[in-house]
Amino acid sequence: MAKAPSAQAHAPAPAVAASHHELSKEQLRAIFRSMLLQRTVDNRGFQLNRQGKIPFAAGSEGHEAVQAGAGMAFQRGRDLLVPYYRDVGLCMACGFPTIEVFYSLFARAKDNGGGRQFPSHLTKKSAGIFSFSSIIAGHMAHAVGAAYALKYRNERDRAVICTFGEGATSEGEWHEAMNFAGLHRLPIVFLCENNQWAISTPQEKQMAVKDVAIKASGYGMEGVIIDGFDPIAVYDAVAAAREKAASGGGPTLIEAKCYRFLSHTTDDDDRTYRSKEEVESHRKDDPVPRFERWLVEHGVVSTVEVEALKKDVLREVNECTDAAEAEPYPQASELYTNLVEGAWEPWQ
Amino acid sequence: MAVTTGTNVMNNVEAVRATLYEALKNDPRTLVMGEDVGPRGNVFLITKGFLDEFGPQRVLDTPLAEASIVGIAVGMAMEGLRPIAEIQFSDFIFPAFNQIVGEAAKTRYRSNGDFTCPLVIRTPYGGGVRGSLSHSISVEALFYHVPGLKIVAPSTPADMKGLLNAAIDDPDPVLYLEHKKTYRLIKGEVPDGHYTIPIGKAAVRKEGHQLTVVSYGLNVHQALEAANQLEADEALKVEVIDLRSIRPMDKQTILASVRKTRKLLIIHEDNKFGGIGAEISAMVAEEALFDLDAPIHRLCGPDVPPMGYALPLEEEFMISTERMKQRMREMVKF
Amino acid sequence: MATTITMPQLGESVTEGTVAQWLKRVGDPIEKYESFVEVSTDKVNAEVPSPATGILSRILVNEGETVATGTPIAVIEDVAAAGAPAPSATAPSIAEPAQMADARTPSEQIAAAIPTPAANGAARSAGPQTTTPSGAVISSASAHASPAVRKLAREHNLVIAEIRGTGQNGRVTADDVIAYAKQRGGAPAPAALGAMPYAGEAFHTTQQIGGAPAPVPHGAAAMYANPQFGQTIPLTPARKIIAERMVESKHTAPHAWSMVEVDVTNVWKWRSREKDGFQQQTGYSLTLLPFMLRAVSEAIRQHPLLNARWTPEGIHVNAEINLGIAIGLETNLVVPVIRNADHLSIKGLAIAAGELIEKARRNRLSVDDLQGGTFTVNNVGANGSVASAPIINGGQAGIVTMETVVRKPVVTKDDAIAIRSMMNVCLSLDHRVIDGLIASRFLNALKAGLEAMGPTGSL
Repeated sequence: MAKAPSAQAHAPAPAVAASHHELSKEQLRAIFRSMLLQRTVDNRGFQLNRQGKIPFAAGSEGHEAVQAGAGMAFQRGRDLLVPYYRDVGLCMACGFPTIEVFYSLFARAKDNGGGRQFPSHLTKKSAGIFSFSSIIAGHMAHAVGAAYALKYRNERDRAVICTFGEGATSEGEWHEAMNFAGLHRLPIVFLCENNQWAISTPQEKQMAVKDVAIKASGYGMEGVIIDGFDPIAVYDAVAAAREKAASGGGPTLIEAKCYRFLSHTTDDDDRTYRSKEEVESHRKDDPVPRFERWLVEHGVVSTVEVEALKKDVLREVNECTDAAEAEPYPQASELYTNLVEGAWEPWQ
Repeated sequence: MAVTTGTNVMNNVEAVRATLYEALKNDPRTLVMGEDVGPRGNVFLITKGFLDEFGPQRVLDTPLAEASIVGIAVGMAMEGLRPIAEIQFSDFIFPAFNQIVGEAAKTRYRSNGDFTCPLVIRTPYGGGVRGSLSHSISVEALFYHVPGLKIVAPSTPADMKGLLNAAIDDPDPVLYLEHKKTYRLIKGEVPDGHYTIPIGKAAVRKEGHQLTVVSYGLNVHQALEAANQLEADEALKVEVIDLRSIRPMDKQTILASVRKTRKLLIIHEDNKFGGIGAEISAMVAEEALFDLDAPIHRLCGPDVPPMGYALPLEEEFMISTERMKQRMREMVKF
Repeated sequence: MATTITMPQLGESVTEGTVAQWLKRVGDPIEKYESFVEVSTDKVNAEVPSPATGILSRILVNEGETVATGTPIAVIEDVAAAGAPAPSATAPSIAEPAQMADARTPSEQIAAAIPTPAANGAARSAGPQTTTPSGAVISSASAHASPAVRKLAREHNLVIAEIRGTGQNGRVTADDVIAYAKQRGGAPAPAALGAMPYAGEAFHTTQQIGGAPAPVPHGAAAMYANPQFGQTIPLTPARKIIAERMVESKHTAPHAWSMVEVDVTNVWKWRSREKDGFQQQTGYSLTLLPFMLRAVSEAIRQHPLLNARWTPEGIHVNAEINLGIAIGLETNLVVPVIRNADHLSIKGLAIAAGELIEKARRNRLSVDDLQGGTFTVNNVGANGSVASAPIINGGQAGIVTMETVVRKPVVTKDDAIAIRSMMNVCLSLDHRVIDGLIASRFLNALKAGLEAMGPTGSL
């Protein structure tokens, strides 16, 4: 864990951070399983799209460590998660059921959002996971409002975790939300998943600074830069920031530097704007095999267990795929429901 | 559901203030937020004294940032509070357009009911107060296209209270428009106690059988004055409907009246093109064409951005009562 | 020179103010911009600076009083003019809201220029009347019947052109229609289009009442009257309706056909004897038609099924015998109706038919004239036909034609050969309603009726 702005992105690849003493072996295995699940679900989304079974998917390959680590710091039943559209892994790590991800991918009637939004736009109030739109940074103020509500009600040991990409930091609403959170020292953790690309726009065309985290100083909050390929570093930073927030210490801006291995979505072809070499140079630090090696080297899991875990994750994803695909679409009449409570009285 | 013990005469500012006060008193989930609502008590003194009584957490002076005033209120509402956000002047609402249209109005829909957004956005609108280009405009037409967003524009103190209570009680977002010129101009009796006026219900302010006038806000009072004069001086019987709610709109009351009078005049201060009158005209043409005995007319603000600061520029924009009378007379006699 | 000071508007939305304190007394000198009164509103408290230099000559509002913005509160007298007479009530004010003489938008001014019936004297003039050509919808619309007027007229079977309009420029208003309908009495008849074959045309043509006596075909109608080879003639509303009705009748009513030969020698003699006197007396020429109508009425009375119509619920035998007479015009075909034809004498029938034919030629048939027929007579013989297979008028059970009267040798009852005036009568019938037996009986009754008529009868 390093203070802004000194740290670099995850290169040269350090060993996984050593400050994992808080995490039990079970937790470390859970983080790893979460990373495997995220990658497998990601791949499945692209596969289903290429099979013509779903019209759209957004992957998060390269974000696994950030999301699995942050998910481990999230306190289920207490914390609120206000995510963005590349957070399927984080949502699952915070308690969002895998099968429901597939309801969303297939836009089935059982999707919490009724098949209305794009895949990856999840919602599950009972798990503290907020509904959000595709409007970049539109959710920032919601997270801040929710944090205000927690503080307003004097709710101890609760915090909001709000995530976004580095592109969102260019939005005016991002600034407004950060400003308000800093002003009122709200119980919130801002986690920037800096994958260096906003669709085709690289970070250097997005901002004049190298590190998002330094922006924190303008809002009177601490900024932290971490290796987003290291789940333990992410866990440490998010857990510490969450603890600070939940105990009245105010917000923190964490910048987790990672990389987007896939195209923006299934509708995007990244070969038009970035080189294969660039992608490959990051691939060598791919967080999933790296963490796998670390776990084996440190005796947390055996190679046999790793293979068993991978098989189990694939089985789960296969089962969820088949089960969700077998579910029906929403009825066309569902278009007209849940606009407002009761009936909306249009002109018809 | 009115629990009334009597009435008080109030102007519109006092009615809004009294209603907000009662809401803060009665429901700990409610809070008011906006620019200068704290020690200043809002620029029209609507929240005057609230800070001392309810404290800075519930009378929240926000940074000068309209998008987040609404956006933060949306988050509060999604997390169980009942925020009453204020945009200081409706002219300043546009930075919050995304939060109102893209977020608040879609929260319930996009989550299929998983989340709701019980939010009130209050904002003063309208001209005739020497407010010039950026303190005079009407914004209702820019929002009434949006399904899921309720819009009310009460004109009388009693309606101010009843509809504000309804908006606060409503489980979905409501844009609550207060015409600035009526703030202190219009006085009326306001029943005591908590009562609501259903959103989506118009009021027939004056009955008549020769012409239906549909209006809202300040223009309702002028239309009533014009109609009363025409009745007293020329025995013309004009029916005046106060829309009160712009969306959902009370189609039944409008159609029933038009089917009776066979003539429809819509009056609003907002620009004519694409205004509220356009939708009412289309609706009546669709539903009641064969009951019409005259072309539908709209008496509206001209299609220039807003009114100017100079008095003649403002007066040219605003619709005078005399102009209303003239148009009503023409239509009755048509 | 005096300056009247009015209650200023201190802040947006403020409509009144209270004089909190006078900082000057009457007679005190005041410098321009010097504060002279403190005013409070529910938004602000403020000292008001003077707009002029002079002497505070009058205080019009006492401390503690609240007045509307724009109300005069004080008068400041110009120093040089001190001692001059007290300012008159018409002293110019500095902040009085202008009552704009004509604060209307250009479009308002145009609208105001539309001539309207003078409102009663209490109505104030809304401004200068200009000669700007009216661009307003109101005036251009006055030439047309509004949707409500059309609907009401249809419901009451009224012709709009016959109603006096009380609206702008004599426009017929919805209230006018209702009043007219009340005045005429009777409940609105059901607007059964099937019973008013060419109502659309009637609506169209009656608009011309008061114009030229004989309408000149124009547009598509003119092309129809004078067709060119290779030309496609656009369809007039009337032609469309005729086409629809013909197709509908032919498709829904299975047509059967029958013909009898009628000896009209005697009735023709009768007619020849009466025609001059009749013409003189009534102005109408006497043709064979009223004799035929009389005979048809009688035959229908004997065979009511000919006066019936097919409905899915059953065969409805109409209560009245209303005979339609098919009249061919240059571009059009109309079938006006003689109501209760069986109540009329031959003379009455002649007059009724004469009136309808006259109206048809002048395009003055009303909707009433055109609807309610229960059986139709078509005098095709006037054009030389000796046999035809007419199409039943929709909603009726039959139609008969009168063919050309032909003088020819006929074998008489006593086997002699005589020259007689013979006329074929052809019947098309709706076979759903009537079978051949009844048709034959009806035709024979009709034939017998006509042949029984002779010079000894009474018109």
